[in-house]
Amino acid sequence: MHADGDGISDMTDSHTHSHPHSHLPDDPVLRVKALETLLVQKGLVDPTAVQAIIDTYENKVGPQNGARVVAKMWLDEGFQAAMLDDPMPKLQELGYYGRQGEHMVFVENTPEFHNVVVCTLCSCYPWPLLGIPPGWYKSDAYRARVVREPRKVLSEFGLMLPEDTKIRVWDSTAEIRYLVVPERPAGTDGWDEDALAGLVTRDAMIGTGLVQRPTT
Amino acid sequence: MTQSNTKRPEPRFEQPWHADVFALTVHLNEAGQFTWSEWTETFGATLAAHRLDGALDGGNDYFLAWIDALETLLVSKGLATGLDLQALKDAWTTAYQNTPHGQPVKLGT
Repeated sequence: MHADGDGISDMTDSHTHSHPHSHLPDDPVLRVKALETLLVQKGLVDPTAVQAIIDTYENKVGPQNGARVVAKMWLDEGFQAAMLDDPMPKLQELGYYGRQGEHMVFVENTPEFHNVVVCTLCSCYPWPLLGIPPGWYKSDAYRARVVREPRKVLSEFGLMLPEDTKIRVWDSTAEIRYLVVPERPAGTDGWDEDALAGLVTRDAMIGTGLVQRPTT
Repeated sequence: MTQSNTKRPEPRFEQPWHADVFALTVHLNEAGQFTWSEWTETFGATLAAHRLDGALDGGNDYFLAWIDALETLLVSKGLATGLDLQALKDAWTTAYQNTPHGQPVKLGT
């Protein structure tokens, strides 16, 4: 992949070798520049606001938010019940509320049921809780196949579920986003919220992984 | 603690232009230029059309579809035309070609 296309925020060529003129960026970079220029000219876009959005998703929002919520659910039965009933009031209190996370549904793994989340249409994803989705979540291979053959796809993630565990696949939409609440691993009695949150991975909250207690 | 249980690097944008086109879209949605449902419908249809040329891996090809979808939606909303966008792309190309190396690249006035 060509890595030197610059972005809206950086209009200076960063190459150090000698060129008579600036290095011409890749085609998509020029198309995005054209889009931004047009939208700014029309007064439809504020470049400062665009930069703030990038900063949020580069630096501030990520799976640590979802992990914090899962750890709280493991520790507090009242909180857990409230989250499974309607998570939105608590998420607003915690500040994990915002674009693409306005209507969340938490689905809980049990020994009987394992949950996994996909968006078959495009890549709907709970941004406030998990950040930007990984490449594989956006790939055709995952989006098409996890619905058709979830057990096989999960095995490719190294997740071998017992034969009698049923798999539920949740298809996200523009309106509703899902987050999987993994099972709390054995051997974590007495752990505090920080320690538990540190175990909860992004994949576990999508359903392509489990939460495991460290072996050492 | 084993390595597999430590926090992995979180996925970020692979390319600056991925972040730029993502943020433009989010900003336009929040400014009320289109609903998120309108966006996902357009983007979903674009992804389906791109898939006819082969399975998408969710990386660069995904964001190329994103650019196509945003252009399509802006044109359908009357907020842009293909001619405008092509002219500005050409202007940026010329600007890069005419700017000495190391200097900030700006559109001519």
